[in-house]
Amino acid sequence: MTAPTGEVYRIDWLPGTDILHGTCHCGREHTSQDPIEMWEWMLAHPRGHALDEPQGAGT
Amino acid sequence: MPHTTAFARNQWYVAAYSHEVGRDLLGRTILGEPLVFYRTEDDGTAVALHDRCVHRRFPLSESRLDGDRIVCGYHGFTYDTTGTCVYVPGQKRIPRTARVASYPVVEQDALVWVWIGDPALADPQVIPRAPHLASPDWVTVSGMEPIDADYGLLVDNLLDLSHETYLHGGYIGSPEVAETPITTEVDEGAGVVRVSRHMADAECPPFYAKSTGIQGRITRWQDIEYHAPCLYLLHSRIAPVGVLPEADGSDPNGFHTEITYAITPSSDGKVYDFWAVSRDWATDDAEVTEFLRGNNHTVVMQDVDALNLLQKTLGSERGGYQELSINIDTGGLAARRILARLVEEGAKPVEKVQ
Repeated sequence: MTAPTGEVYRIDWLPGTDILHGTCHCGREHTSQDPIEMWEWMLAHPRGHALDEPQGAGT
Repeated sequence: MPHTTAFARNQWYVAAYSHEVGRDLLGRTILGEPLVFYRTEDDGTAVALHDRCVHRRFPLSESRLDGDRIVCGYHGFTYDTTGTCVYVPGQKRIPRTARVASYPVVEQDALVWVWIGDPALADPQVIPRAPHLASPDWVTVSGMEPIDADYGLLVDNLLDLSHETYLHGGYIGSPEVAETPITTEVDEGAGVVRVSRHMADAECPPFYAKSTGIQGRITRWQDIEYHAPCLYLLHSRIAPVGVLPEADGSDPNGFHTEITYAITPSSDGKVYDFWAVSRDWATDDAEVTEFLRGNNHTVVMQDVDALNLLQKTLGSERGGYQELSINIDTGGLAARRILARLVEEGAKPVEKVQ
């Protein structure tokens, strides 16, 4: 409704698999096979963004 | 107990198509508030007032206009465009409390938007756009169906198009819709959910085969943009298989269809389903227009029947029933969460800056 903020969460369902690949607006990435678990991880930002998870270039 | 999603106040909602608001009084209930709409005689401005006379609660929408004033059909209490009572029968003194609420209205893109909430917070700049609805470059067929279902069920339905394969098979559905993975994006601050499904090589469903004349398989893209809580846009592109937009971004060989929905909660367990299909191809072909009108109406009624049934079924369930969500629900879950946030924000008392 207002201008985009740039705080964008993204979840890609990887073709040919049942895997969801999520990228938080901070760049942390996470994989899951359950969309509810994925959103819980995403929205807990930054809580639970374990250090061993890759940190992408950000969105 | 009916299945209900709480309403998000302090938001703009589509109340009607522009062509529905005129010199006849139109009654619509939005977020549980009965409203009456009409257009002024002089400049054609759309007006929205509370649809109950202060005297004995008679619906003003079942009354009549005298110029730009509504005269209550029961005892003649008369209201101007601001909702102020300017006449009561039999006496000169008009009680100070004799007024009905007026609601902020904006007319844009052939839609009449109304603000439900604190009028001081109504900012027309935040209303999402659907410019194709009023553009001379697009031809639109549209309608509105009231559904006896919670608006959350319609949001669920529209955010997960895999149902096209099963509920709309033989119309807009094909096997590839349910089979193709989606990408989901949430722009938190903007309150927008985007769900994309790009099918590289898909069966052409009858809806598009008959209307576009494409023979054989297609490349089919569905890009959803849901501007919570009310406006849903589905940017659809189809083309013969393998035909993509040009490097410069132009797309002379693609067929573009903008599917617009306005999801306007009426009362608990009821929603107005505004639907429109706009196209930038075969724009002067009346036969295509009529085909799309009839066919899309059929598709919408398949959803209406399914959601009426679902609402009835959920209403007969014991409380605390379980759902199961899978990958296809990623977008719908995002929409539910954004709605929950808007509901919470709309319920908070707002401190007004004087």
